Amino acid sequence: MLAATARVTRDLDLAEECVQDAYVAALGAWSRGGIPRNPGAWLTTTARRRALDALRRDRTLRAKLPLLIDPGPPPAGDGPAWPGGTGPDGGSGAGWAAEGDVIPDDRLRLVFTCCHPALAREAQVALTLRLVCGLTTGEIARAFLVSEPTMAARVTRAKKKISAARIAYRVPAAAELPERLDAVLTVVHLLYTTGHTAPAGNDLVRADLVDRAIGLARMIRELMPDEREARGLLALLLLTDARRDTRADAGGRLLLLADQDRSRWDRGAIDEGTALVAGALRGGSPGRFALQAAIAALHAEAPSYSETDWPQLLQLYGELLRAWPSPVVALNRAVVRAMVDGPEPALAEIAGLERDGRLAGYRYLPAAKADLLRRLGRNAEAARAYQAALELTDNAAEREFLSRRITEVSAG
Amino acid sequence: MAQYLILIYENEDAYVDASPEVLQTVMEAHTRFAGQVGEQGGKLLGGNALQPTATATSIRDDVVTDGPFAETKEALGGYYLIDAPDLDHALAIGKLCPAQYGGVEVRPVWDTSGG
Repeated sequence: MLAATARVTRDLDLAEECVQDAYVAALGAWSRGGIPRNPGAWLTTTARRRALDALRRDRTLRAKLPLLIDPGPPPAGDGPAWPGGTGPDGGSGAGWAAEGDVIPDDRLRLVFTCCHPALAREAQVALTLRLVCGLTTGEIARAFLVSEPTMAARVTRAKKKISAARIAYRVPAAAELPERLDAVLTVVHLLYTTGHTAPAGNDLVRADLVDRAIGLARMIRELMPDEREARGLLALLLLTDARRDTRADAGGRLLLLADQDRSRWDRGAIDEGTALVAGALRGGSPGRFALQAAIAALHAEAPSYSETDWPQLLQLYGELLRAWPSPVVALNRAVVRAMVDGPEPALAEIAGLERDGRLAGYRYLPAAKADLLRRLGRNAEAARAYQAALELTDNAAEREFLSRRITEVSAG
Repeated sequence: MAQYLILIYENEDAYVDASPEVLQTVMEAHTRFAGQVGEQGGKLLGGNALQPTATATSIRDDVVTDGPFAETKEALGGYYLIDAPDLDHALAIGKLCPAQYGGVEVRPVWDTSGG
């Protein structure tokens, strides 16, 4: 609803106020006349009317922001209609097509606006949580471990830029869609990974962030059913999240993939994710989210760690590295290579990544190296590498795991 | 006559904290400046104030990022395009250009008309 209202006002602050107004109006109207057939549409219509009223009242505002109102007639009639879709045309502000104007499109427009590349990544994440998910500024601040005034300033600044620089409120045209969609999916993925292993604090998983991310991925996948990467991201998140309950033992201690109880993995999520992967891989060379999902699916389908199809995984990581030449992917491929060719060649690859320098400060590099050294019985070197990893994480569960490993290799 | 761009670099924070009276004075100074260009033998071809650098977006190698091209204490906040007989005239005009929280840079426009 916020999305639909923002479309009218082109001013997110005003839109938020009008939506609040609509809720207040709804409480009054519904207690008198009962709840309408479609409360969502009713609220949207009301919020829009209030936005238009506010704009008519405030001519200064209109003079200040000349593009406030899309050209086009104000809404007519008051039926809580829920029309079928006009497709996202990415057109030049053609105004709204009809009353009610396709709520899903509006939500998609809002996502693309919040994740516009002209906004800093942290602002994209904050705006998406604030405006698409409806989290309060305080909730977002707590999720990202910054003070509430800092987060409020970040959100305000981003909203101002959207307005002042006139970031278009639309789904991008076909030519720019792949890049822009990638930015949207990256924000959702970042949200998920932040929740998946909280950067600090006592809990390994921040369930609220993880659930928001999966909800967003599901929404985008439903709104853009033809986009294979949107499908790939949802699959990746479902398949990864299927293991959520087994990533730590009863005492909250971190368990690696090899030690997790596979019978407790969420079969429903795995089945849904695996079905999505098939579609995401079909037709042309797959994108990075589809490939990561395929990797997660192979793990999910393996009856045990030792029975995992490592050669197939190594091949998928090779493809992923071509689609997405990131040192993080190279590190993961090295770990898989150790399962196929043994620890030594993997250590050589990791040494190359250390020289490369882009992963300096990335805790999983020394952690992976330590594990390979431990398997080779090079305990003193392993202890040093575990120590290096320990110094790079503030997550309590990860710290406990690494400390335990240091004790083990030092005793051995 | 040749064209010159007068780039106005100022401390943006000064305007954030400025009182309405100060802003009024600045506006008047710019209005006055528009008249002075002709008196100095030049001609005002155009000019604009820019939104603050918080609204800027930069592009390098097709990578789009939030923020100005370079973070500096004094940021480009506006410009005038003028016609002037020579650099001395352009500098004389530049000296009159209001920029109380910074200064201006005067740059000749590259004449690509081949004339």
